[in-house]
Amino acid sequence: MIAELGHFLLILALATALYQFIVPQLGAARNDQSLMQSAIPAALSQCLLIAASFACLTWTYLVSDFSVVNVAANSHSQKPLLYKFTGVWGNHEGSMLLWVLILSLFGASVALFGLNLPLRLKARVLAIQSLIGASFLLFILAVSNPFLRLNPPPIEGNGLNPVLQDPALAIHPPFLYAGYVGLSIAFSFACAALIEGKIDAAWARWVRPWTLAAWMFLTGGIALGSWWAYYELGWGGFWFWDPVENASLMPWLAATALLHSATVVEKRNALKVWTVLLAIISFSLSLIGTFLVRSGVLTSVHAFAVDPARGIFILVILCTLIGGALLLYAWRAPTLAPGGLFAPISREAALVVNNLLLGCAAASVFIGTLYPLVLEVLTGDKISVGAPYYNLTFVPLMLPLLLLLPMGPLLSWKRAELWPALQRLWAAALTALAIAVLAAALARPGPWLAPFGIALGIWLIVGSLIELVERGRFAQLPLSVAWGRASGLPRSLFGMVAAHAGLGVMIIGIVAVTAWRQEIITAMKPGEVADIARYRISFTGDMPRSGPNYTAESGRFRISRGDADLGVLVSERRRFRPGDQTTTEAGIRHMLLGDLYVVMGDTAAGGGRVVRIYFNPLVSWIWLGAAIMVLGGLLSLSDRRFRIGVPRKQRLGLASAAE
Amino acid sequence: MRETLVALLFLLISLTQALAVEPDEILSDPVLESRARALSAGFRCLVCQNQSIDDSDAPLARDLRLLIRERLKSGDSDAKVKAFVVSRYGDFVLLKPPFDARTLLLWITPFLLLLAGVLFLATRRPQASSPDRPLSEDERRRLEDLLEE
Repeated sequence: MIAELGHFLLILALATALYQFIVPQLGAARNDQSLMQSAIPAALSQCLLIAASFACLTWTYLVSDFSVVNVAANSHSQKPLLYKFTGVWGNHEGSMLLWVLILSLFGASVALFGLNLPLRLKARVLAIQSLIGASFLLFILAVSNPFLRLNPPPIEGNGLNPVLQDPALAIHPPFLYAGYVGLSIAFSFACAALIEGKIDAAWARWVRPWTLAAWMFLTGGIALGSWWAYYELGWGGFWFWDPVENASLMPWLAATALLHSATVVEKRNALKVWTVLLAIISFSLSLIGTFLVRSGVLTSVHAFAVDPARGIFILVILCTLIGGALLLYAWRAPTLAPGGLFAPISREAALVVNNLLLGCAAASVFIGTLYPLVLEVLTGDKISVGAPYYNLTFVPLMLPLLLLLPMGPLLSWKRAELWPALQRLWAAALTALAIAVLAAALARPGPWLAPFGIALGIWLIVGSLIELVERGRFAQLPLSVAWGRASGLPRSLFGMVAAHAGLGVMIIGIVAVTAWRQEIITAMKPGEVADIARYRISFTGDMPRSGPNYTAESGRFRISRGDADLGVLVSERRRFRPGDQTTTEAGIRHMLLGDLYVVMGDTAAGGGRVVRIYFNPLVSWIWLGAAIMVLGGLLSLSDRRFRIGVPRKQRLGLASAAE
Repeated sequence: MRETLVALLFLLISLTQALAVEPDEILSDPVLESRARALSAGFRCLVCQNQSIDDSDAPLARDLRLLIRERLKSGDSDAKVKAFVVSRYGDFVLLKPPFDARTLLLWITPFLLLLAGVLFLATRRPQASSPDRPLSEDERRRLEDLLEE
């Protein structure tokens, strides 16, 4: 009954979405206020209908209703409650429903919070948002229905892949989807502006907070995914250039570029034509990511769907939305008024360079991900594209970007001098150089490039802080006065500084763990010890343990440094009851200077256990850096100009009537 | 770069005495072992999609690791081992795709795009930086039309 209700609500949501796509557009074309206004209740009710449908599916999971195919295939009555709940999106059908739920949430947010938007623009944005929603609702109802029944129902379900039974992975998809789907707002705004034929600073000011929010979710989602891989997959890697990871990295790179170019539109009314294209590309890359992951066209650890009918359906949606938007762009973009001019050395030009390099880096990820597929289809040849390819394409494209990054914010708009900007960076250059020398002298021998990588991170951190230090005049004034000055600066400046410095922190972490990772792989009997990076690890033995839906062999390792006892690390091999799948839980001690990472393996040939011990220097800085970047986004989002926005029209209708 | 890497691995091995992917796989000769590890980091585990055989705990990956060590022990050069593995499993096994006619576009497209972008900007720049461009014939006519209205 509940499943049928969910199904029915979804059909109603599709009907609402179709209404929301057609009627407000009609209203905008005929200048009919009430038709345009109706987009708002439509967006809200579409969101409520999908949310209610999602609640129905969640209910079938919570009560373990195995007469629903989806629940029987992906849940188990003994599964812990948290994973019954998160199992809803741990499979293809449920995750698509989550996708449209988040899409409609964003639509409803524009309807609710976009109070100062001109009505025509708002109606068009909501209509296009609803076109995306309707496409995917149709997809769910036609080929990916999570509410299908099973007769006769099995007594027990198949269970969720135990690797996915993890708190970080449970919240990873919602974050990532919020990022993917959040970019749909930028897409809808771009299409609406193209139809309206008008893009100005106000448009950029409306688009930027949404893009920023999507970017924060993407950053958080990617970081969560990589953190999960780090502790769950059992060998301490954090990024694999897996196609599924690439699918999230591409929109991130594009969204990062979009954030920067939208600033130019907002501040200088330039780069408009490019920014609109970038908004379309960013969401297109999200759609392509969804296609890659959800169609099963790639087979990897993450992709759990294999069904050509679905793939083709998503491909058709993809071509319609992306192709339609690009056609619209080709048709309407030439009519957009060109914006402000700027000299080759200026803040605008620096942001153009940022966009060019980010764009090419995104292209290298795109090509590396899709090339093997295309080659196989065309010639039947199979090749692999792994980390070495990205090290030779993506990394060289990112390096100049990172080197140039601290200069950008120091250049003035419109026309700037390079030399004074460089002079202001001497402190950053000096610090970076000193740290490079220090790193080369103190660290273990490693790749000769590594100290330069660390220096690059420091260059980013110190270079970003310089703007703040100078604006607050920390060097000239007493600390308390300077602090007072600094706290009066706009929050978006703090946001930018935090995001750039966070990137520096992340790079230091990546370089350090890649260059100076230490490992011991050995057989240990209880009582034996191993020494790694000034720590001593002694194996105290293993014993069986049982969890809620698994049994485990639990190995205990006492760690110490000199005379100081640092406690016990536990590493487990877990065997889950339905399906008999095993997972490895690493024992990890997170420390600011590096993680101790212990994994207990099989019984070794000569008795005892195979044990892998890693010391991963500065590895947590990767996620610390990501957290600082997200914090930067939050700071920027709380900036006064976004909260207040453009001067609010007295009545909603006036905005469009005035045109 | 390669020498330093080998030196690093050598150092690790000499510090820890037992270093390999599984303890029983290691070769007694640390130089050979470090070569084996460098090689296996470049081969893809065929059953687990996106891991190198150096990271994978799949049985097939282990077989391949052992095979590499066998060949190295019998005196093969790195290039010879690589050629042998590729002859058995095809280019698919290489994490770094070979640079040839099929993969030319894969390798150069990102840089071609960069070049195209730079050329595009370089050719546009003079126009953008001279704001005092005189009106074109077409624009002048439009201006006159507007003024007449």
